[in-house]
Parts: sequence; C-alpha cells; structure tokens
Amino acid sequence: MKVGILQFPGTNCEYDTQYAFTMLGCSTEIIWHQETSISPTVDLLVIAGGFSYGDYLRSGAIARFSPVMQAVQEYAASGKNILGICNGFQVLTESHLLPGALKRNESLHFISQHHHLKVASTDNTFLQKMQKDAIVNIPIAHHDGNFYIDPQSLQELYDNDQILLHYCDENGELLNPNGSVDSIAGICNKEKTVFGLMPHPERAMERILGSSDGRMMLEGFITT
Amino acid sequence: MSTPLENIDEILSQHKLSHDDYKHIKTILGREPNLVEVGIFSAMWSEHCSYKSSKKHLSGFPTTAPWVIQGPGENAGVIDIGDGYAAVFKMESHNHPSFIEPYQGAATGVGGIMRDIFTMGARPVASLNSLRFGNVHNRDAVSAHQRYLVRGVVEGIGGYGNCMGVPTVGGEMSFDECYNGNILVNAFNLGIAKSDEIFYGKAEGVGNPVIYVGSKTGRDGLGGAVMSSDSFTEASKSLRPTVQVGDPFTEKLLLEACLELFKTDYVVGIQDMGAAGLTSSSFEMAGRSGSGMIMHLDKVPAREEGMTPYEFMLSESQERMLICAKKGSEQAIIEIFKKWELDAAVVGEVTDTGHMELFWHGEKCADIPVDPVSEEAPVLDRPTARPAYLDTIAHVRIDDFSAVSNQEAFEMLFSTMEVVDKAWVYRQYDSMVQTNTVKKGGELDASVIRVKENGKALAMSSDCNVRYCYIDPKGGAAAAVMESGRNVAMSGARPLAVTDCLNYGNPENPEVMWQFAQGCLGIKEACAALTTPVIGGNVSLYNETDGISVFPTPSIATVGVNDDQNKVLMSCFQAEGNLLYLIGESRSEFGGSLYMKTLYNTVAGVLPAIDYDKELALWDLVIDANKKGLLAAAKDCSSGGLAVALAKMAATGSLGCNVSVRCDDVRDIFAESMSRAIVEVAPENAAAFEAMTGALACQQIGTVGGAVFTCNDVTLELSSVQEIYFTTFQKIIEQDI
Repeated sequence: MKVGILQFPGTNCEYDTQYAFTMLGCSTEIIWHQETSISPTVDLLVIAGGFSYGDYLRSGAIARFSPVMQAVQEYAASGKNILGICNGFQVLTESHLLPGALKRNESLHFISQHHHLKVASTDNTFLQKMQKDAIVNIPIAHHDGNFYIDPQSLQELYDNDQILLHYCDENGELLNPNGSVDSIAGICNKEKTVFGLMPHPERAMERILGSSDGRMMLEGFITT
Repeated sequence: MSTPLENIDEILSQHKLSHDDYKHIKTILGREPNLVEVGIFSAMWSEHCSYKSSKKHLSGFPTTAPWVIQGPGENAGVIDIGDGYAAVFKMESHNHPSFIEPYQGAATGVGGIMRDIFTMGARPVASLNSLRFGNVHNRDAVSAHQRYLVRGVVEGIGGYGNCMGVPTVGGEMSFDECYNGNILVNAFNLGIAKSDEIFYGKAEGVGNPVIYVGSKTGRDGLGGAVMSSDSFTEASKSLRPTVQVGDPFTEKLLLEACLELFKTDYVVGIQDMGAAGLTSSSFEMAGRSGSGMIMHLDKVPAREEGMTPYEFMLSESQERMLICAKKGSEQAIIEIFKKWELDAAVVGEVTDTGHMELFWHGEKCADIPVDPVSEEAPVLDRPTARPAYLDTIAHVRIDDFSAVSNQEAFEMLFSTMEVVDKAWVYRQYDSMVQTNTVKKGGELDASVIRVKENGKALAMSSDCNVRYCYIDPKGGAAAAVMESGRNVAMSGARPLAVTDCLNYGNPENPEVMWQFAQGCLGIKEACAALTTPVIGGNVSLYNETDGISVFPTPSIATVGVNDDQNKVLMSCFQAEGNLLYLIGESRSEFGGSLYMKTLYNTVAGVLPAIDYDKELALWDLVIDANKKGLLAAAKDCSSGGLAVALAKMAATGSLGCNVSVRCDDVRDIFAESMSRAIVEVAPENAAAFEAMTGALACQQIGTVGGAVFTCNDVTLELSSVQEIYFTTFQKIIEQDI
C-alpha cells in the first residue's frame, strides 16, 4: 500500500507522518506542492500538519492555491481516500473538500497537549478498527482548531454520520479545549472518503511517546 | 573612497567607541576611517561581538573530552552521541530585545539559536529556554508590565518554534525583583547531524564565491549588537526599532534549503547572520581561514530602496546566511534556494589579500584588514571588587526570623511561581512535533528525546539557582552546573557536556565584574570535576537598569546520553506501594533557600556545601541502578527541599505519599543541601537497590500511594496539592486580562 504525503512550504509533520505509515508497513512518497499530478499508485493521500505558508493570512488559505491542489481535487473526485491532519484539515476546509472552518482557539493561545477523544462513528474507513464511544489519548497542537459550522450544515453532519471524533476527558465526558462547535475534533465528507481532524494520530504510535492509540486509527486505511 | 569624517566626537559616541579606539582604528587602517568602516569596527568591537570585558575570564574553561567534536569558537558545540551521530547544541541570550519588545525579541532569539545549529549541518530537534522575570504578583504597574512581558515572551517563543516544527521540550522559569528592569531570555537548541558531516563557518580557497541566501536585507535591527552592549535607562523604550522582526516561515524554508544544500558537496563554509549581520559573518568566516574577501554590497538582496552600504553591513535582518561555495557550483546552489522561494545571490569572492574589501556599484567603500579587527579587538582588564553586601548577608540565619509552622511554610513555598506547574507556558509550545519527545515540560527535571537514528535518548536540562549566585557568585555558578547535570542524570542519562549563557549586570561596575569573574571560576571548577566540558556559550552583560544590576545568572544547560531510549527514567510518582528513598546527606542548610526568600523575603546566608565527589557518586548510582531496571522514578531535591520535591512528584503522578524523615531541625524538610535525590523503588527491587548505594547516605523515607500527601508534620489532600500546583500560575499571569 502506498501513502502520498503532501509537502507545502512550511509543512512540518510530513516526516512524522511518513515515519508512522512506514511503521505500519506502507511505502510512502513525499509530494512537493509544485507537482501537478498525483501518481495513480497512491492509495491514500495525507495532507500533513504544520504551518503551510507560515499560516499567514489564515491557516490553509494560501496552500489551497498551490499547484498540487488541482490534482488533489481530481484525486478526491475519483473517490480515493484523503486524510488531513491539523493544518491538513485546515487546508481541506479552505479547499471546500470538507465543510466548516477552523477559527483561532477560543483562548487565543496555541494549545499543545495530550487530549482525550471519543470515537463518534466507526462506519467509515478511517475509524473502522475502533469501537464506537472508545476513548483514545492523542496529542493536539494547534492555534486554529476551533471548528465552526453553521447550524444547518451541522445537522447534515449528524444526519449523515460525518462526525468522527469529539474532544472529551479521560472518562468520556465532553471537554472542549478550543471552542469547537459540539467539541468536534474531526469530520469526514458525505461520501466518507475525505477525512480531517485536528489531533495528531501520527504522534501517538508508540508507548515511549506517551500513547499508541493513534495506531488503530491509521490502521483503518491499511489494506494488504 | 574616504571623505574625512566631520563631527568625529558625535560619531564615536553614537558608535560607543572611545578616542583610544579611534586612534587604534587609524593605526590598523593607516588612515582615517570612513563611516562604513567606523560602523564595522563599532559592531565588531561591541561587547556583544568582541567579549572585550569577559574574554580575560573565559580562558581556561574545560572544553575537551574524548566525546567532544567541536568546542567553543564555532557557531555551536558538537559532541559524539555514538553510531556516527553527533549532537550540536548551544544556548544564547536575547535579553535586551525581549525587554524592549517581548514577542519579537523572544521569537528572534529562538530563530537565532536555531540558525546557529543548522548552519553546522544539523537538523534542530529540541529547544529549551531559561527565563527570568521580575515580580509578577502585585497590582502595581511594574508587576502588570512583567506579566505582559511573560505573556509576550512565551507567545514569541511558541510562535517561532512551533512554526519551525522544532519541539520546545522544556525549560525553566523563575521570578525575582532584581529582574524588574531587565528580564532574561535564554534560548537553547539542539540538533542532530552525522558526525562526519559537520559544517563550519569558514571562507577559503581564492576565487570561491561568497553567496548570500535567505531573507532580503532591510533596515531592522540596525545597530542591535551595539544596543545590547549598554545598560537601560528610561530612554531605552525608544530603542524599539533596533529589535528585529522574526519570520519563522522564511526560516523554516531556509532550514530545509540548507539541509538540502548540505547533501551536496558544494559548501566550503557557512555561517548565519546574527548579531552585527553581514559584518560579523563575513569577518568571522574570512578570519577563521586567514583569507580576504571581496563583497559587492549592491548585489545584496534588499527589502527597501535607498539603503546604504553602512546599512547593509549593520542590518540585523533575520533569516539570512552567508555561504562560501566551491567555484562552479553557484547556479546549482541558487536553484536549491529558488525551489524554496528564497533569495540567493553571489555577492563576492574569497581573496588572498587578508583584507575585507567592500564595493558599492563598483566603487570601493571600505577596506579593512580582517585579522586585526578580531585579534586586536580591545581586551579589557576591568577592575573587580568583592561586593560589600556579601559581608552583611553571610551571617543571616533562619533563626533570626519568627518561626512559621511547617504546614504553613509548605503551603507558602508550594504555591510560589517558581515551584508551581508552568502548563500555561509549555502548553503554548509544540513539544511533540518530530515524534521523539519522551519526557517534556511539566514532567519535572530533565527533558528527554529519543534519537530515531541510533536508538539512544538525549536528556537536557537548563538550570541556575540565582539566589545561590547572589549569595556566593562562585559557588552558585558551580551549583548550577551540578544541578543541571543532576537533572540529566535523574533521567538515567550520563551528563556529557554543557553550554552556558552568562547573564550579568554592568561590567563597568567592579562588583559586577567580580561576580562575573567568580562565576567563571565556579563553572570551570565544577565542569572539570564533573567531566562535563563547556562546548559553547554566550555572555550577556549590561543587564542593568538605572543602576540596578540583575543577580548573577549563569544559565547552564547540560546534555547527556542514555544508551537505551526504552530506559528513560521518569520523575513523577509511578505506582502505589513503591518505596521512597532519600539519597545524599541532609543538613540544616538554608542559605539562599526558597524558604528564606518566600517566608522572610530575604536572600542571604551561606551557600549549602559543595562536594563534587558525592555529586558524581549520586549520578553514578541513579544511572547504574536504572540500567539494571531497579528504579521506578528519580527526582533531584533542590529549591524548596525534600517536601517540595515530593509534592511535585505527587502532583504530577496523581499519587499521594506517606513520608517520615529524620531531621535535626523540624524545618529541615525544606533545607536545600546539595547532591540529593529522591528515588522510587518497587518493593521487589529494594534489596538489590540498597546493595548498590555504597558510601552514599541513603534512607528509606516512606511509600507512594493514597490520596493524601504527608511529609513529617505536613499533610494535605492530594487533590489540594494538585489544585495549588496546577492552577496558580494561570491565575497570577492572567489576572489583568
């Protein structure tokens, strides 16, 4: 299985993501933002975290116009899986591949810590190996993770089972670190092929780093 | 080229040069200097660049060991960490800029130290910072301003480091009125490189091109090095324009472009443009190789129009590097930087004249022999005098003050800003990017990252108890070396080398100069005794405002290696029922203690005794016992003594403890005798551990567990301990917003 990982100027989690998928036995390819096509051999496309274009103007707002994004739109239209992590999630909302927007955290501070998440839906490729309502411990690290969506679109997310993860405490009670609507930490599109989340599963792959809960998440994509 | 200068007195004073300096410049040049040349001499001979006050005392530092690859003198020091890999690290100050403009001052401090690391060929993998602020407690303007500075500095460090994708894994922070007029911001960075692929700041090979890369040059930071070489007065607020503005996004591109460049064999030498910008980088690179250099300043990429040669040479615009490359590789190098959307321009070449020759649109605008600028830089033998205050504070004892119950004392000590958890700070730092962080800010003592390349782990800790340095400048500096190494050893890593950042007051004050000289002696003595050589560092003087100097603050950061990344020892309590031991001798030592400061607002007394052999024996015991898997946790016992150390372990481990310890005086649970540690041992390992303690004092003092924290006559619900520990900092720092 081959994972393509996008690299914009300012992306800084591409090698972490590469390391994580390599651990899961995948081959990987870093795709520079000036590329105009994505190899058909890529089974999963990941938009990694970081500060594309320095997060200047608005997180993800400039990356959206990178040459590679046209190819990403086509890749998405073909129905193949895309995963956006942190800045990648921001790029996906800015590109309208996912609904909603990510605003500055309510505290106005950058927040970096391990945070518990509750699995809201497992009826999708990404979280298919998890149990519904399972509580996992995954790092978050963002300045703009405050998910906003208008009420009508929010209802659509619920109706179509598009909400993937909620922020919670260790007992599973909702706990909102950044002001996100309904403590939402991750969503997918209606077709359940494009996934975005603020937390970093690639940082939770080994006990030595404090948690290996991210493994089971990323393993959802692995086909042998 | 040279139009004679008018108003020479005014020019010299603006450039902080003396008439003697001017005479000396004329001797070196054999003629009158022009304004560009005066500017260059002024920058190169500033305290910041020339170390003219400190140089005399910096000789004789232990700088070698079998594992040291590069000691002081380069952009950063380098040690061997095994299997063909090296750790490259350094700490630097950005005190003056951070006081004037906290966000940008701190941010560019982080950017500067990272450039020092990646210019050596290393990818930066971990940052620490050591921060000193004034009183943040009161409702007055001074405290409100200090809180504003705390918020700005923390945000600046996070803003830059997070964007760079380099984890800030820890640091230290303390508060004292002596920093009301001069905060200290010391930034540490560590990178990893292959040990046979280290790059140096040299320019050699006649005809080799000199290439400028990175951001365009603007007028920001003009004269910053000179600004940092003076004390503050009320008028210093007008210096805000001398603080550089950071652009971490550009630096991230510069980092990736440089690392890509280093994979080629085009580079002869490379150096970042830090303080004194193009001036110091070009002179230092040529100077290290005994070369000359020609530069065409009109070819330097400029951010704004109308800039002069003087401004190009003295700008401190950030995110720039100077490269000496192999002839013929120019276009290939420019292509790499173009890919990363950065400017790159051939601005000159290496010559054999030994002179720096600068041209402006073909016309020579400066011509200075390179070597004399650094070699004949003034070295001052400033007068020193033992401060008078030392005699008046030495006899002070805690018995001189009214007694406070241990319970009350504990609650006061444990809620001081120095002690409480700094989550408000470290939560703003991305500590986990690069997926190597094993032990980070908030987990007590050293921070630890694993090294993917060789399976080992690197531990690092920055420390300095400034009260100790005030009551005993030499012993306090030695104590900082001991504590920093001890923190590293508590994680199971062997301390290998240190970098220092020597922050002192006004060197023109003989008492400050004495403190500085003594501090150097203390570091030399301790580093030699503990075999942790100094491989690089930085001196920051003139930390003085309106005649008040800061406490001597020699920040020491130690780096150590743990051979097995799976055996990193934690510091918080691990498991119910485990046994607790106190290693080392406890005496009623309260000199410079947190106890005396917090309860009696006094910094006085005699420094706790120093014994390097016992310190080393303590390190050996913890490192060896951890290798054998006998330890569950270890934490050094320092500021606030045993009771505070235990309470931190309890709060962070969410486990209580029941401790009873023999004391000569009931207050000794807060005493600060050195070379002590608390270790947690599972009952089944107790016998094996006790058999290893040898001549070290070791007493079993209690057990871990329960929902109550008890240490002799101090008792508090664990939930209360945690409430104090985890909520105090934010309440104080955010009280005005």
